[in-house]
Amino acid sequence: MTTPAAGGPAVLPRRSPWGDAARRFSRNRLAMFGLILLLCLGFIALFADVLAPYEVGQAFRTQRAYLRPFINPDHPLGLDGAGRDYLTRLIYGARTSLLVGLSVPLISFLIGVPLGALSGYRGGWIDFVIQRLVDVATAIPPLLFALFLLSVVGSGVENVIFVLAITGWIEPLRLTRAQFLAYREKDFVLSARALGATDLRIIAGHILPNAISPLLISFTFAVPLAIFAEAGLSFLGIGITEPTASWGKMVGSGIGSSVLVYYHVALFPTLLVAFTMLGFSFVGDGLQEALDPNRSR
Amino acid sequence: MTGYILRRLLALLFVMLVVSVIVFVLMNAVPGGPFSLGERGYTPDALANLERKYGLDKPLVERYWNFLSGALQLDFGYSFAVAGSPPVTEVILRAWPVTLHIGLYTIMLSFTLGILMGIVAAYRRNTWIDNLVTFTATLGITLPSFIIATFLLILFGFQNGWGDNPREWIIPPLFPGTAPLLATDYFLPVFTYALAPLALVARYTRASVADALSADYVRTARAKGLTDRRIMFRHVLRNALIPMVTVLLPQIPNLLTGSLFIEVVYGIPGLGKFFVTSITNRDYPMIMGLVLLVAFLWGITYLITDILYTLIDPRVRLTGRGSA
Repeated sequence: MTTPAAGGPAVLPRRSPWGDAARRFSRNRLAMFGLILLLCLGFIALFADVLAPYEVGQAFRTQRAYLRPFINPDHPLGLDGAGRDYLTRLIYGARTSLLVGLSVPLISFLIGVPLGALSGYRGGWIDFVIQRLVDVATAIPPLLFALFLLSVVGSGVENVIFVLAITGWIEPLRLTRAQFLAYREKDFVLSARALGATDLRIIAGHILPNAISPLLISFTFAVPLAIFAEAGLSFLGIGITEPTASWGKMVGSGIGSSVLVYYHVALFPTLLVAFTMLGFSFVGDGLQEALDPNRSR
Repeated sequence: MTGYILRRLLALLFVMLVVSVIVFVLMNAVPGGPFSLGERGYTPDALANLERKYGLDKPLVERYWNFLSGALQLDFGYSFAVAGSPPVTEVILRAWPVTLHIGLYTIMLSFTLGILMGIVAAYRRNTWIDNLVTFTATLGITLPSFIIATFLLILFGFQNGWGDNPREWIIPPLFPGTAPLLATDYFLPVFTYALAPLALVARYTRASVADALSADYVRTARAKGLTDRRIMFRHVLRNALIPMVTVLLPQIPNLLTGSLFIEVVYGIPGLGKFFVTSITNRDYPMIMGLVLLVAFLWGITYLITDILYTLIDPRVRLTGRGSA
């Protein structure tokens, strides 16, 4: 509104809502810590091939396969039950976790957001049909349904992603629908409609930008949930198949009578899962505070 | 109100029907069958006989029809995989109370302790006690239950010299005159299961109470010279805990249908464990029975939740028109 006069006495720095949010976020120490944690993790996952000392499936011993960590400098974190270098397994596990953790919310948001937008904006019979679809999809707990679907399509990384995405699109749909219901009758939408904007333009150009921050926050919280679910399914032995490394599967294989001696098998992936979760929840909390200043304290 | 409930019940019935069709078709779409799994080594003749005995040789539509007509009389047939092939209804009636017991204890523990922790943390904001609550809450949210369960098993079982058979760890009775509890039956599962909802409840309570504490009516109450206690109970808690209902109630169906991981790790014969084993064994009748039960429980608890909202907050109307 005010164009600062060149050389005027008080030139205000240009401020945008996103710039403000970024500033609030960077001042939040926990959120920045979480972000750094996630960046490290992303780096490890991305450059797993370079960082890992050995091949994922390479077995070094077949007899008495386990090796405790910090004993043999060739295998600083020891060997697992199949005689594979544990450091390598952990590094590749990061790749699996992040792959599942990012692609599952991405796919489920790609399904849920358009459906939710349509349902909330149009209402009427479209809303009715989509809502009945939601009713059916939420009839059983998502994890149980994922478990069942996985038994139908079989194990493996792609199938785990598929199954979790199929059960994950409800949340983004509900959220988007609620946002669109709230904005549908707002003045700026009415005026856009009066000016003859198409529905697609109103949905994508006018309402969605206003609804983006709760969706973004929800996305950040959906990532750790997907990682959680993958780890859980693999822990039960029906998620990721060998030789792909998965932290959840590694925790599961570490449990048994030898857990006190070969503690590393269960302990290290547990710590990594916990740090990943911590990173995402700190970043999510930080985003929530940065994007929604009314709610923050 | 009655009309609304009836409509919701009808909708639930419809949803259960659709879910049963989907699950039935998907389940049977996988090649092979329950009796061709693994190294059972049935001869083709024996296999055909078994399939005839359980009606698996009939076309899909006829089998679904048979299932449906049985299910309407609460008869889901006989389990393929549970020892002695008992009726599915019997297995469920045995398993559900176990899950329910753990769920109810979990609700009591997590809700009371969580609300208490949240209130204290909000009241003593930015002190060590607030940090402790926040730390516990973060831990409960960031650690998957199966990991917590595993480490508790290690910690309690091995470190206390209780031996390596969890079924032998016994907790002395809580009240005189009651039976002692198996550690794995109640104490450890409830503790593990409660951690996540506890964390959630504590977080929301803290936020909600902190919100109310900074509200204008609290400042007014302070200005009037009311005591801290009176402000807390009369003004803050009343306003802060009502919105909590929206957080608490959706947790309940989750807790009543049990956790897969906790039941698998602790070896609890509840719904969750049977769900996993019947899926891996392709125990068709058990899968159908369990899916329908879970769908029913979820639907009913959500319905009750919605009704409770209207009782607590008179602004919410169920039908959207007229009186609720």
